[in-house]
Amino acid sequence: MSPNTAAVKAQLGEFINLYLVKRILYTLFTLWMIATLVFMMTTVLPGSAAHMILGQSATEERVAVVEEELGLDEPIHVRYVDWLSGVVTGDWGESFMYKTPVFGVIWPRLMRTAQLAVFATLFVIAVSIPVGVIAAANHEEGLDYGISGFSYIAVSIPEFVSGTLLLLLLAGPPLNLFPTGGYTAPGESLGDWLSHLVLPSLTLAFLLLAHVMRQTRAAVIDALQSEYVRAARVKGLPEWVVLFKHALRNGLLPTITIIALNFGWMMGSLVVVEEVFNYPGLGQLIVQAINNRDVPLIQMAILIPTGTYVFANLGADILYAYLDSRIEFGKGS
Amino acid sequence: MATEQTTIQLPSRYEQLRSTAEEIRETPKAFVGLTLLTAITVISVLGPYFVPYDPTSIHSGHILEGPSAQFLLGTDALGRDLLSRVIIGGRTSLLLGFGSVGLALGLGIPIGLTAGYTHGKVDEVIMRAMDLLMSIPTLLLGLLILTALSSNVWNAIFAVGIVYAPRIARVVRSATLEESNSEYVQSAKAQGESTPYILFGEILPNITAPILVEGSIRIGFAILIGSSLSFLGLGAQPPNPDWGYMINTARGHIFESAWFLLWPSIALTLTVFSVNMLGDGLRDVFDTKYGGDEL
Repeated sequence: MSPNTAAVKAQLGEFINLYLVKRILYTLFTLWMIATLVFMMTTVLPGSAAHMILGQSATEERVAVVEEELGLDEPIHVRYVDWLSGVVTGDWGESFMYKTPVFGVIWPRLMRTAQLAVFATLFVIAVSIPVGVIAAANHEEGLDYGISGFSYIAVSIPEFVSGTLLLLLLAGPPLNLFPTGGYTAPGESLGDWLSHLVLPSLTLAFLLLAHVMRQTRAAVIDALQSEYVRAARVKGLPEWVVLFKHALRNGLLPTITIIALNFGWMMGSLVVVEEVFNYPGLGQLIVQAINNRDVPLIQMAILIPTGTYVFANLGADILYAYLDSRIEFGKGS
Repeated sequence: MATEQTTIQLPSRYEQLRSTAEEIRETPKAFVGLTLLTAITVISVLGPYFVPYDPTSIHSGHILEGPSAQFLLGTDALGRDLLSRVIIGGRTSLLLGFGSVGLALGLGIPIGLTAGYTHGKVDEVIMRAMDLLMSIPTLLLGLLILTALSSNVWNAIFAVGIVYAPRIARVVRSATLEESNSEYVQSAKAQGESTPYILFGEILPNITAPILVEGSIRIGFAILIGSSLSFLGLGAQPPNPDWGYMINTARGHIFESAWFLLWPSIALTLTVFSVNMLGDGLRDVFDTKYGGDEL
């Protein structure tokens, strides 16, 4: 390595560090603002929270007592500061309907939802990238039209439709391949655990997969037309190496961004998919909490997936910067 | 202004429209999408004049029946005619799609124009606020807004409109940013035209293509999100038919009768499909680089 490239590398490292620090600070600021927004939206709820707990027939005195217990008689800025410091320190208040701390209600459900999200994300990546590359390699041929046509239709099917159709086809008679819903802990039975996860994660991945596949195809088609790939072809490298090493490597950058951008879609779909499969996770809890106007639960059940999405984007940006710098060096050497 | 020798005959608005229509006809995606969407819209809007039954009337003794001469698509779990319910139910889904995107355009266009034209601090603050709203997953933001409101179609339209307004604003802003340095804007400025006139009278007519593309892409997603809200019981309320709500009730009976589930599912998918085709086709027609990579 010449001293010149070492200097360039050092400079680049410094740039990335500065960029990272800025990006992380901005992410934290965003989270704070989102929390503030969630607080504002949930404190303007119609109907007093005390009435929700006690029922409509409660006497004025009882309502006043409960409001004091909940701290609802305090001015709004005091409540905001209390609430925000609670969010940060893990003291998330008490659920109205479960009458237990919110943290304890959310934690096991969050773990189950995380399993679903991880399976679905792996599924999206494992299927959409290779299939997108294959479609791009057969650009404007039968296979490409077939794949594109499929992704067109798949991206138009809402999760509650695809999920219910999967239930009808695979969970019911005559096949009875999978349970119709619910959850089993992996500690109880590994097979049962997996069979409960298959249909919900497939459903969760389906629409996203179709969308990411289309974008990967477009990105790889772009990359295939670049100088970089043309040079690899001139060198006489086998076509699959050109495709998966050279074209995909360049096509991967936009694909990462696409997956990260659309991770938010998955955070929303979780709500629908868990409802379809009666999966006891965070998504189902959100609907329950909204129907019961359980404010402390709503606040955290919305904040956690949103925070996850914001961090996913931060992670994608960092990965992007890392891969991007590697590609730059790859070109230089 | 142009002198005698250099006068160029610019195509009139009418001619421009005609050539755009021509291009849409020659782009299969746009043509198929537009035709399907028009057909679906006409059928549901005129539905009340020709549906065989009142969509809410109950025919006892005809529960969960398959297609027959009396009930062409069968009946639901309460004995209501599915054909009538699917046709009338389309009105809610279309209203959700078009209504919420209409609201998103009404909010997003002025915001985007202002941000793109002013540059600097104002732009920075506006777009950071938009980014903030966009960093909340779409369905969750919709749910959050509905938490503060009661559950009905109009509130669902409002919620979905707010969800998509920042996305429209972002597209309008980038298009405005590019236009604001162009000659016609500079000369309008030099002539002392008011800022609102420059924004809405000069820039807006020149950025209709990206707005049209983004708007039509968003309608498909707005229908998806809106019907998801209805599915969760937070949008359209019974007994009025709505595809999302129908599918929610149908899934309790899928192993008894699949028809109940099938028809609204097909109708909903076909509608979203036609809107997506149209949006994609329009992007090809106008050859614009904005929008569409995010669900």
